[in-house]
Amino acid sequence: MAKIHVSTTINGEPTEFLCDAGDSMLDALRDTLGLTGSKEGCGTGDCGACSVTLDGRLVCSCLMLAAEADGHKVETIEGMASDHLHPLQQKFLESAALQCGICTPGMLIAAKSLLERNPDPTETEVRFWLAGNLCRCTGYDKIVRAVMETAADMREAAR
Amino acid sequence: MSDIRYLAPHTLDDAIAQYAAADGAARILAGGTDLLVQMRSGVLKPSTIVDVKKVPELMAVEETADGGFRIGAAVSGAALEEHAKFGKVWPGVLEGLNLIGSTQVQGRASMGGNLCNGSPAGDSVPALVAAGVVATIKGPNGTREMKVEDVPAGPGKTNLKPGEILVSFTFPARPKGSSDAYLRMIPRTEMDIAVVGVGVSLTLDAGTCTAARVGLGAVAPTVLLVADAAKALIGSKLDDAAIEAAAAACSAACNPIDDKRGTIEYRTKVAGVLLKRATAIAAERAGRA
Amino acid sequence: MNDQSNKWIGKRTVRPDGADKVTGRAAYAADASMPGMIWGKVLRSPHPHAVIKSIDTSKAEALPGVKAVATAADFVDFPTDTPVPLGIQDMRWMSRNILAKEKVLFHGHPIAAVAAMSEEIAAEACALIEVEYDVLPFAIEIDDAIAKDAPILHDFIQFEGKPSNIAGTLEHTLGDVDAGFAEADVIVERSFTTKPVHQGYIETHACVVSVAPDDRTTIWSSSQGQFMVRAMTTFLTGIPQSKINAIPAEIGGGFGGKTIVYLEPVATILSKKSGRPVKMVMNREEVMRATGPTSGSKSTVKIGAKKDGTIVAGEGTFYLQAGCLPGSPIRGAAGCAFAPYDIKNVHSFGYDVVSNRSKVAAYRAPGAPIGAFAVESVLDEVAEKIGMDPLKLRLKNAAKEGTKAAHGPTFPRIGYVETLEAALNSDHYKTPLTGKFQGRGVASGFWFNAGGESSAQVNITEDGNVVVTTGHPDIGGSRASIANITAELLGIDYDQVSVQIGDTASVGYSNLTGGSRVLFASAMVVTESAAEVIEQLKGRAAKIWGIDPSQVVWEGGEARPMGEHSGNFPSMTLGELAAKANATGGPIGAGSQSNTVGAEGGFATHVCDVEVDVDLGIVRVLRYTCFQDVGRAIHPSYVEGQLQGGMAQGIGWAINEEYIYNKKGQVDNPGFLDYRMPVCSDLPMLDCGIIEIPNPKHPQGVRGVGEVPLVPGPAAVRNAVFDALGIRIDDLPLSPPTVLAAFDANSRQAAE
Repeated sequence: MAKIHVSTTINGEPTEFLCDAGDSMLDALRDTLGLTGSKEGCGTGDCGACSVTLDGRLVCSCLMLAAEADGHKVETIEGMASDHLHPLQQKFLESAALQCGICTPGMLIAAKSLLERNPDPTETEVRFWLAGNLCRCTGYDKIVRAVMETAADMREAAR
Repeated sequence: MSDIRYLAPHTLDDAIAQYAAADGAARILAGGTDLLVQMRSGVLKPSTIVDVKKVPELMAVEETADGGFRIGAAVSGAALEEHAKFGKVWPGVLEGLNLIGSTQVQGRASMGGNLCNGSPAGDSVPALVAAGVVATIKGPNGTREMKVEDVPAGPGKTNLKPGEILVSFTFPARPKGSSDAYLRMIPRTEMDIAVVGVGVSLTLDAGTCTAARVGLGAVAPTVLLVADAAKALIGSKLDDAAIEAAAAACSAACNPIDDKRGTIEYRTKVAGVLLKRATAIAAERAGRA
Repeated sequence: MNDQSNKWIGKRTVRPDGADKVTGRAAYAADASMPGMIWGKVLRSPHPHAVIKSIDTSKAEALPGVKAVATAADFVDFPTDTPVPLGIQDMRWMSRNILAKEKVLFHGHPIAAVAAMSEEIAAEACALIEVEYDVLPFAIEIDDAIAKDAPILHDFIQFEGKPSNIAGTLEHTLGDVDAGFAEADVIVERSFTTKPVHQGYIETHACVVSVAPDDRTTIWSSSQGQFMVRAMTTFLTGIPQSKINAIPAEIGGGFGGKTIVYLEPVATILSKKSGRPVKMVMNREEVMRATGPTSGSKSTVKIGAKKDGTIVAGEGTFYLQAGCLPGSPIRGAAGCAFAPYDIKNVHSFGYDVVSNRSKVAAYRAPGAPIGAFAVESVLDEVAEKIGMDPLKLRLKNAAKEGTKAAHGPTFPRIGYVETLEAALNSDHYKTPLTGKFQGRGVASGFWFNAGGESSAQVNITEDGNVVVTTGHPDIGGSRASIANITAELLGIDYDQVSVQIGDTASVGYSNLTGGSRVLFASAMVVTESAAEVIEQLKGRAAKIWGIDPSQVVWEGGEARPMGEHSGNFPSMTLGELAAKANATGGPIGAGSQSNTVGAEGGFATHVCDVEVDVDLGIVRVLRYTCFQDVGRAIHPSYVEGQLQGGMAQGIGWAINEEYIYNKKGQVDNPGFLDYRMPVCSDLPMLDCGIIEIPNPKHPQGVRGVGEVPLVPGPAAVRNAVFDALGIRIDDLPLSPPTVLAAFDANSRQAAE
């Protein structure tokens, strides 16, 4: 079977690649496009380490076919910082909201997606939004605090 | 995986033609949150994948002329949540749909996929059954309608005929004083498959339950419509005796298995507990509706 | 060491590797690739127990795209009668774990491996390998494995003169327990079980290995020790250590589970046979089926106390699953269980039991949570029986400086008493619970901590900054702590310090990131190296000034003349001295290598509040605090991080995590869906009471921190559930069906 040609936009850049029908978006990102910031922790949508946004909606790239990206916009961890870090990235660093760092890209993408929808989440809202992002190192404490503090900072900055 | 074909038709007719033309190993791709897992584990080796997300009928959210809703089978939970009205009328259906997996999964998972996956534990199905929803199915031989509870045929199986695609769900109009609720038991707070799931839809008129339907998941090979539980509620003021009777009917309807997620004894008891709790939530909502 | 003038020690600095980790740049093992790289896959056993009669790889080898096939025959042979120890491992068992030899010993046991042009072709080729088995009966649980007619896994293991699945024992004795129990007013004895739990690192095992035609080998892998990877690969493949460079990729969690190899030697042989670099990445199911969880256990503990709370005797028997090959952490269970207490009469006995499960691997204070679960649960009941606050009972018997522990040592200055006092005086412990089915539990725990081999190099760059190289993979922020210490010692700015983890070719031997040893040991060699660098810097300044080096002092990051020369020369900064380095004697830098000692044990006390939904059997943790003596919190945020991570894992172990086997001897929950680790919404904030009793044997007062916080957790949760329900559940996990069944049985009993 011939490869499928996909025209998509990744982190704002028009991107074309070839894939097999069965390839996941995560396979394409990591193995074809060299965007290895998205991680595979399970391949079954249970850990969230591969989180990306598709047309602005949070998804697991392991549960999406690469072919489905055609004509759509994908954002990955590699697109989160510009010449400076996103406030969430900066806060994660300052508050030690990561240890081994393997869940961090997915956690950051998920948290960013939350704050875009809900700039003032409660602790409970943060915890349930991030329930699909497993972290085994931190017990989530510093992650939840970092997300809430960033939300507060961003609200303050937007005033 | 390189011998799979991926098709993304733009019309329903094309989708049906392509799906029917492929052999029985073709699979419909909606949100993919079950399909990709099954492909990856080697359980499924589809010859053709028909992605239906470009087909307008499967992605539409419409209010019907009689005041009900028609929801495309491939609409994601996250998209449906953004609809201004649906979640106010059918909060239980929406909460069922949006208990599936994580936020990430809810960005993709659909009611159609959840139903056609055929799992007795699908979180959106008990509430759909309770809601009295009708599924519209289209295939090479035309269109037909089926009650949602008649769609599953057993674990992993549906009563759809070869080549048929689930297109949409039609929700009836709601009389005043109606609402619904879905509750499931899982060990954690999120991310688990339901050990038991209960959907309750009811109508209250001056405190009396005038209509009710109960859907019960993960306790039998398919999601059950528990008529005896509804019977116990209808005509009552939802007093303790009525609710106890409905709970007992749910426990009696259980035909579960012992597995890694729960025991027979546990599921049977919990079915009743959840009926009580879901009924209380639905009644409280109905009182405000 | 609690010197408030410290500028960097104790500061919450931003870790040097942080920006890479929040931007997706940090390279973990599976992120690596090499030119010409191909993919390796493992064929795994479909049976839990079988003799391998033959393996025919010819069809796999003939498949287009296949470049190499390997079986145990391609590896160094380690006969079962000759021990080949490496640390706590034995190459006899390690070789049989990475690829089955005579027998397959668990469902998922690797049998052969294939390297091919793609993962798909490799998987297809694995399916073409024909293995002829003689299928044997199997034993999964401890009771099955020690039953009279149990299937024997290894004929060469004998216990009490007969072939047995009991592969070893360990005994600690102090005083005379019979005499002790005779003095007791109250004796409580209970039996407990715990299920195996997995470390649950989110990053699966992965490596890329390149073996050149001259056998020069580069290994890029995720492990808790690149030197362990090198050593084991040498043992198993026969390639000498001088030809292997093991590069530590960033590691996505280990918790002990990456202290042994699974893939690296296999990829090495595949690379050697194929002439190509080979990448191997496990999927989650492979991790859950075939890498080591920690042991499941059964244990019995008996404790006797006087009415005034004095514990007079303690006795414990601990059976731990080793998995399919010997080596369960009985030392952690039997050794740590009674260690927090000054008990004159102790008898603690451990049994190492093999069965048809994947070989266990270390998991955060290996064995200790199992011992603590039993002892701390029994203590809770002793406290109830004599009507004493459970923390006060512990305080009355707490080990302190001079206490002789049953497992051997006499404790130096330790901080266990302080953890108990802090818990007793805490807002958490003083705040009453209000809900009906709410309860509070406490428990304590001990871990040995470890020292061992470390190497470091501290180099001054030409522009006057500092590069520190150590040899321990950084899993939880250890680079930041090393940078804090280096900046403090040299009196320079934190941002001037870069910390690198060297590969095996560029830094001296350094033992595992494990045993809560990394900061303890690496700080020691960094301190020695920095001291030597300061001597060099003083010497260079002295040379420039033409005075004796003894007349130079290093202060505030500058060399200053002192004594009779004080004020005669302007002080010189690190940058100024670096600029003149070549004129004054060449590059400035120093290294140190040492087998560090003096780690000393760590103690923690946990307080846990739960609420139980008695209709569904669900236990939810409402509030949780860990009080721990951390020695000295070099970087408080990452110390808290260790405590919080340990608390979360303890809660998971207590409530929902377990390996579930089906009747065919297969793991029935080999993924994150049904192996239920805590998710974000399961937990409350996890509070830390950091207590700093500096370790007198360490230059910065460091004590190991990482493992103790897992030890008390399961018992603390279990004791809280007792407080909530009045029911003592002795079998983990406290999953909903278990709790509901216990509650309903209790209610029925009460009604009768």
